[in-house]
Formats: sequence, structure tokens, C-alpha cells
Amino acid sequence: MSPVFIILALVTFMAAAAAMTLRHLVHCALAMAVSFVGLAAIYLQLNAQFVGFAQVLVYVGAVAILIVFAILLTRSGEVSNDSIVAPGWVWGVGMAVVIFAVIGWAVLNSPGLPVEAAEAPEVTVRQIGNDLMTRYVVPLEVVGCLLTAALIGAVVIALRDREGEP
Amino acid sequence: MTPLQGCLLLSALLFAVGFAGAVSRRNAILALIGIELMLNAANLNFIAFWRYGEHGGGTGGLMFVVFAIAVAAAEAAVGLALIIALYRHLKTANLDEVKGLKG
Amino acid sequence: MLETLDQIFVSMKHWAVGLFPDMLQPLVSGALSVAAIIGVFGALFAVTTIFERKGLGRIQNRPGPNRVGPGGFLQFLPDGIKALIKEDFVPQAADKVVHFLAPVVFLIPVLLAYAVLPVGRNMSAVDFDAGILFFFAAGASTELAVFMAGWSSRNKYSLLGALRAIAQMISYEIPLILASVTVIMMVGSLNLNAIVQAQEGYHWVLPRWFVLTPWGFAGFFLFFIAAMAESNRSPFDLPEAESELVAGYFTEYSGFKFALFFIAEYFGMFAVSGLAITLFLGGWNAPLSFLTWVPSYVWFFVKLISLIFLFIWVRGTVPRLRMDQLMNFAWKFMLPMALINIVAAAVWHYMGGGWTRWLVCTLLVVGPYVMLGQALLEHKQVSRRTYRFAD
Repeated sequence: MSPVFIILALVTFMAAAAAMTLRHLVHCALAMAVSFVGLAAIYLQLNAQFVGFAQVLVYVGAVAILIVFAILLTRSGEVSNDSIVAPGWVWGVGMAVVIFAVIGWAVLNSPGLPVEAAEAPEVTVRQIGNDLMTRYVVPLEVVGCLLTAALIGAVVIALRDREGEP
Repeated sequence: MTPLQGCLLLSALLFAVGFAGAVSRRNAILALIGIELMLNAANLNFIAFWRYGEHGGGTGGLMFVVFAIAVAAAEAAVGLALIIALYRHLKTANLDEVKGLKG
Repeated sequence: MLETLDQIFVSMKHWAVGLFPDMLQPLVSGALSVAAIIGVFGALFAVTTIFERKGLGRIQNRPGPNRVGPGGFLQFLPDGIKALIKEDFVPQAADKVVHFLAPVVFLIPVLLAYAVLPVGRNMSAVDFDAGILFFFAAGASTELAVFMAGWSSRNKYSLLGALRAIAQMISYEIPLILASVTVIMMVGSLNLNAIVQAQEGYHWVLPRWFVLTPWGFAGFFLFFIAAMAESNRSPFDLPEAESELVAGYFTEYSGFKFALFFIAEYFGMFAVSGLAITLFLGGWNAPLSFLTWVPSYVWFFVKLISLIFLFIWVRGTVPRLRMDQLMNFAWKFMLPMALINIVAAAVWHYMGGGWTRWLVCTLLVVGPYVMLGQALLEHKQVSRRTYRFAD
């Protein structure tokens, strides 16, 4: 546990908590972006450069932008005096605490986890590319289809209803 | 605490925070943000096990995360499109006001 | 001798870092790189602002700034002082924290992008295996800063400007990345140093730059147009169209925060030009085989200044686009052309040597260009414009 990791973990966690508790939705989205950047930095710490950069490119560059646009389009950015939580939220938070307690207990007491850190694996981008084109080529194609379908589906769903239709 | 356990604990924490937000906030967009956080917690686990576990020089963990990021992007796009369509229809993005299935 | 001159900055840095104890060396090395980047590109920024104003003046038949210093070339000093001592004004309704953070969040990723640019032989601050991905990730982060600036100001013009800017940046990011994919396919690496090394060597006296191949030529122009749009330069400066939106997303900024936006925009322009040089114009390689004795960093900056001149020239001569024209251009012309260009690059790779591949690839690029152009202009009445002068 290096101090760098602890700092990054704290930033990531605080930003995630802020994203879930702040009143103003745009602030939530921005806090979420900070949390994703923190995660990307943790990936870099763990020698996963490619994934870290891809994380920033996709989450900060695309998903965060999508979310702030959706906030503006649904006028959720205007602060109202209503409660920000749904009725019965205590149960939700309680469940979350239980989940964390169970996973945390399992992580701390599991005998199967490797105790000392292994050699840092060296994976070059070339290796990732080769694997994508050989061993993982079917998932790659499936993801391609999925993204195309999502693209078309999102456009169709969000299209304005034509006049005359409900 | 070993580095691997640190990563796993952080991921559990993120997952719990995301879960709490997703089920207890009223706004649909925040539910989506919570789901994204949960997905990212899972990604962190993959990377942590890839880094510290028995990997034999493979790229399995990385690949899983790359695909998960792509799927998460698709999920965000469709989810937000749904929320926008919902808002057009019912003039609200609050989940507890969306009760009926009939339009 | 020439070798030393070429590597003088590298060896100076090594010597300076060697003065410190082992523990501090990575820190000192990083700090020196950052200081060099900020110093050199900051000076370039100062020179460019005056260069641009003088150049635009020339194009528009007026002298431009000509009061401070010899020929007006010290104008940037009073401008800088003015920006520093101006009142820093924050609107009352603004979201203070986000309003404050936006210019900082805008500038930091732009500066980070410089870390991977090879400005000379052995002269890149970090040698990432996935350098180009890092560059694009840093570039993509600026979009959020633009949103923060526009949204937090609580001003309709700011918000509209920010939304325009983000829509434009996202649309043009796709052709930008697809245009660079051709180079990545050819070199087989995301490392910018490897990309420069792949363009080393000469045919007779001509360099082996990618811009001198059909796909590279098309790729360079696609990249350059998309870069112009990414850095919000005229003719793509709709986000800050003065006649429509006051000043776009930084309408409500003043004083040094405004200056930060201004600096970040120019730094972004330099960074993306540097990437264009690295990808298509051979990086720090000399343009002709008998000029290799000139130090490598000189060539990089000569190319950078020529590209900046091209930016200024375009700004002075091309009128601004309309929003729908901008989007149509990105999605109906740039995107298909970039995809076709990737096919052309693949064909080039698999046809081996010989002149046939020149013919096939040129046809593959020029044919769709002509057809797309005709298809897009079919329903438009394009005729010679008649100018009415006030006589």
C-alpha cells in the first residue's frame, strides 16, 4: 500500500460519494468525472497504461459529456426543494452497507489471495492489439455490433415523436 | 493489508456507494451514474487481479476491462436516450413518479 | 560537433539532473521538462499573438499593432500586464467554485498533452507506449472544462457557446482520430517516437514523410481541418462567434481567468499542430537529405511555425461557417473521407512496392472526394458570387 495509492483511493472514493450525495445534478456529474479520473490514475499505478488512457478518453470525454447534456435536456439541473432521495432510501443505504460489510469481510479473511505482490506484468500495446485480433476477435466483433446497435437505438429512442403520434 | 486487498476494498467501497446511490436517489440520471460507478468498481477488480494475481503474462484482465468500457459507453448512450424519451413523455426524470406502464 | 549541438539540451538536462542525489532525480528531471515546455511554448505563445495580429492586419490591409517596441513586436508585454491587473469579475449568480475551476481544468490537460510530443531527437518528456492515446485522452478532457465554464456562468450566451463548442469538438474528434489511425496502422505503434522513427530516411533527396503518400496527403488535410475545428479557430470559431454569442463560453470571464482560456486555446493549437507534424510531416526529421546537419529541434519548430502561419492565413481569408454547415461537413464529408482513407492506407500496405499502388491509392482517395463533393453540392445553387463594392 503505497501512499500514492492511498491518496488516489481517497480522492476516488470522496468524489464517488460526492457524486451520489450532492444536491445539484451537474455537480454530481462533475464529481463522477473526478472519480473516473482517479480510477484511471489507479490503473496507471497498476501498470495498465492502455486501459487508464482509454478510461479517460471514454468516461471523461464521452460519458460525462453525455450525462451533462442529459441533465440539461431534462431540466434536472434546476434545484428544487423536494427531497433528493426516493422514499424508502434507508433500505437502499442499509443494503449497500451490508454489501460492503460482506465483501470487506471476505476480502480481509480470504485465504486464497496471493500475499506478496507478484512481478509487475509488462504488457505492450502491440500485445493487446494482437490479442484483440486473434484470441478475442469474436468479442471484438460482438462489441462492434453492440455499439452500432446502441448508436442506432439511442437515436431512435431519443427522436422526437412525429406529429399525430402520441 | 496487501496492495491487492487495498484495491479490492476500494472497489467494494465504490460498488457500495454506487449501489446506495442507484437505489435511493430520485433522479433517473443519478441512478445511471450509480450504475456506472458499480461497473467501474468491477473493472478495478479485474485490473487488480490481473496485476497481482497469477496471470502468466496474459492480457485477460485488461481485455475484460476494455470490453467493459465499450459496453458501459453503449449502456450510457441508450440509458440516457431512454431518460430523455421518458422526460418528453412524462415531463419528469424522477423515478418514483414513473409508475404506470401505459403511455 | 553537430551531434553535440543536436543533443545539447538533452545532455544539459542529464548534467543538471546528475547534480542532485539519486532520490530527487526523477522529480528534478520532471520539473526541468515541465519548465522547458512551459518556457519555450509560452514564449512561442507571446510571439504568435503578435505574429497573428500583424499577419491579420496585412491580410486586411491595415498595419496592425505598431506602437510598442520595434514595429510593434513588443505588444504582447502591455497585453499581458493588462490581463494581470484587470479586475477579476465573477457574476453574482455564477456557481463560484465551478466558475473558478473551469479555466484551470481547461489548461492542465492541454499542458499534459505536451508531455508525449517529441520536439527533437530524444527530446520527449515521457515516452509512453500508448502516447497518442494519452494525447487524445488529454484532449478529450478539455470538453468538460468548456462545459463547466459555460454552465457555471449562468449566462445564456455562455451556455449556448459551450454547447456549440462541445458539439463541434465531439464531431470533429472522430475524423481527427480516424485520420491518425492510418499512420498508426502503417507504423504499428501508438508510440510517437516510433512514429517519427518510421519516417526517417530518404528516397534520393526526398524524405519519407507520410504526407508524401496519397493516403498520408489526404490524412494530413483531414487532420488539419479537424485540428482547426478542435482548437476553435476560424473558420470553425462558432463557439465564440462575436456577432452571435458575444464571446461564447468565456463571456463572463475577465482578467487573468480570461487570459488562461486564451493561453489554453493557443497551447491547444500548438499541441495539435505538433501532433500533425509528428504524424504526417516527419516530426523532427529534416525535409531534404542534405539538410540533416541542422539540429532536429530546429526542424520541429520551423514546421510548427509554418503550420501556425497556415492557421493564421486561413483565419484571415475564409469566412465563418454556419452551424448546420459545420455539422454537415463533419458527418457527411469528413467522416466518410476518413474511413475511405483508412481503406486506401490498407491497400497501400498490401500492394507492396511499385507504381501501381500509387495509382490505385490516388484513385481511391480522389474518386470518393470528387463523388462526395458532387453529391453534397447537388441541390445547392452554387454560383459565382457578385460583390458589390461601395464606390
